[in-house]
Amino acid sequence: MDTPQHAPDEFSSRAHDTEEAIHQEESLEGRPYEVRAATKGVFRELLSDKAGAFGLILLAILVLVAIFAPWVAPYGPTEGSLSTANIKPVWADGGSWSHILGTDPQGYDMLSRLIYGLRTTLLIATAVVLIAGTFGIAVGLFSGYKGGRIDRWIMGYVDVQVAFPGLLIAMIMIAVIGGSKLSLIFVLSFNGWMVYARMTRGVVLSVKEQPYVEAAELVGCTPKRIMFRHILPNLVSAISTLAVLEFARIILAEATLSFLGLGLRFPDVSLGIVASAGRDYIFSSPRLIVIPGIAISILVMSVNFAASWLRVALDPRERDKRFAASAISDKAAGAGQ
Amino acid sequence: MRRYLISRLLQGGLVVFGVTVVVFVATRMIGDPVNFILPLSASLEQRERLRADLGFDRPILVQFWDYITDVFTLDFGTSTKFTNEETIDVVFRFLPKTLQLVAAGMFVAFVVSLVLGMLSAVKPGKITDKLLVMLSLIGLSMPQFFLAQVLIVLFSVRFGWVQIGPGPWTHMILPAVALALPAIGRLAMTVRSAMIDELNSQYVKAAKAKGMRRKRIVAVHALRNASIPFVTLAGWEFIRALAGFTVVVEGVFGLNGMGSLAILAIRERDFFLIQTIVLVVAVMVVLINIVIDLVYKTVDPRVKLG
Repeated sequence: MDTPQHAPDEFSSRAHDTEEAIHQEESLEGRPYEVRAATKGVFRELLSDKAGAFGLILLAILVLVAIFAPWVAPYGPTEGSLSTANIKPVWADGGSWSHILGTDPQGYDMLSRLIYGLRTTLLIATAVVLIAGTFGIAVGLFSGYKGGRIDRWIMGYVDVQVAFPGLLIAMIMIAVIGGSKLSLIFVLSFNGWMVYARMTRGVVLSVKEQPYVEAAELVGCTPKRIMFRHILPNLVSAISTLAVLEFARIILAEATLSFLGLGLRFPDVSLGIVASAGRDYIFSSPRLIVIPGIAISILVMSVNFAASWLRVALDPRERDKRFAASAISDKAAGAGQ
Repeated sequence: MRRYLISRLLQGGLVVFGVTVVVFVATRMIGDPVNFILPLSASLEQRERLRADLGFDRPILVQFWDYITDVFTLDFGTSTKFTNEETIDVVFRFLPKTLQLVAAGMFVAFVVSLVLGMLSAVKPGKITDKLLVMLSLIGLSMPQFFLAQVLIVLFSVRFGWVQIGPGPWTHMILPAVALALPAIGRLAMTVRSAMIDELNSQYVKAAKAKGMRRKRIVAVHALRNASIPFVTLAGWEFIRALAGFTVVVEGVFGLNGMGSLAILAIRERDFFLIQTIVLVVAVMVVLINIVIDLVYKTVDPRVKLG
């Protein structure tokens, strides 16, 4: 017989295995579900994804422009009078460099309004993503980890609210509390937190059954540690992509509400406000809808490109897929010649 | 199956009830409808009398109880904007336009996205595929009202091909396309990625090894499996369109559908009309959700309902 601590019985060997596994887990770098591993190679991926790099750079420029709007914009958002009304953009006949994108029928400078509008729109979208995201993730984590009846009740409620006709409810709510930045943020967050909750819960449920979580439970990790150290890193990829996509969706939602006359009020200016102001001039001067429309599209497109890059870059499995796909297509191209 | 239907209907009832409560409370906070009905010169007594006539002076719980009991006898209240017309009649007058728009738009969206998604999935990475992915991303980045306006400016103003406003059925082409385009962007991408996954699967390799014709593999075997995520998303698009997202297209093209009616009702503080609109929309959404689940079950027999 050997010494007791080396006894080859089931229990002690298992304990030994678990301990070793935990030790390995603590010391290993680049484990698939570790945050550090998930973010490693993110920027290398960026170099190979031209559209993603383009979107990210463009987005960075737009954010900087929005932050420094008072210094960047040539005029104030409501600066101008009838004497400066209806000046054409610089590329049209009669346009001048003093108003690069022209002015609207009120005499306001289009470029300046777009820059200040961008500021408001980005502010609203950021706030909504933060509020809805935090709330939704918290609900999803709680619901998925608790499971059982609590989970059924919470998800039942989420299902009910998802089935709400969201835009109609948003319209009515804004009519009630009035159009201001705060009310838009509140209404859009109210309508937007459910996706985060559902996705978080889904990931939590699938991860909860994984051997490494069971092992962590067995060795007596606290629920908090399991939640944040073992489960949360799995969410990094899915949630950050979702958040960026939601960011794009909210920019469009704000524009839509403002377009319907249920957004901000004068003198506030957002991209949606600028776009909706041209609504009555669609036949006489289409540029008043085309220029802001293109501005919104460029913003949303840069966000979407950044999201598609993020989706691949943050998910090791997606990175593998892409690598495999490129290898296969190279091979196929070689075989075709 | 029956148990499933009952539980879904119960859940649907909860949805409709929840929406009704939210909208009821919200409308009572919007403002005083009396101010929108009577002229500015109306005296205080006149206002009080009308408010009492309409029943808006009572406590909100009493009003709500009255409303709920009335709804169960299919009395949805009278409109204040459309003088003395039953709100349900007003809604059914505006509903057909929206249904036409949704039907036409979603038909276009489903057909086009299936075809485009399959075309690009068959040869991933080729020029058609890259073009489609690019176009979808660009299309998804445009606000829908802007898409609709661009369509008008291009096809109606510049080329003069189709007219805007009431007329023959051709006036529905542009609205339907405007409704369909964002959906096409989303759906085609789903079909594409689902199809690529399926075409890389073992059973497709087995079918290829057996010598099955490529067309048959794509159109029969892969398509059926790839259509599972498609059905989910297509149903979601359909519900989204019905649940108020035609409001933008209706607004730009000046169609008298449910979206325009909702805007009008909110603007005119027509409480009962708002409630009836939301009620009808919520019931439609609930029923279609159940239908989609049944379709889903047919497409994918592995799915367990419940």
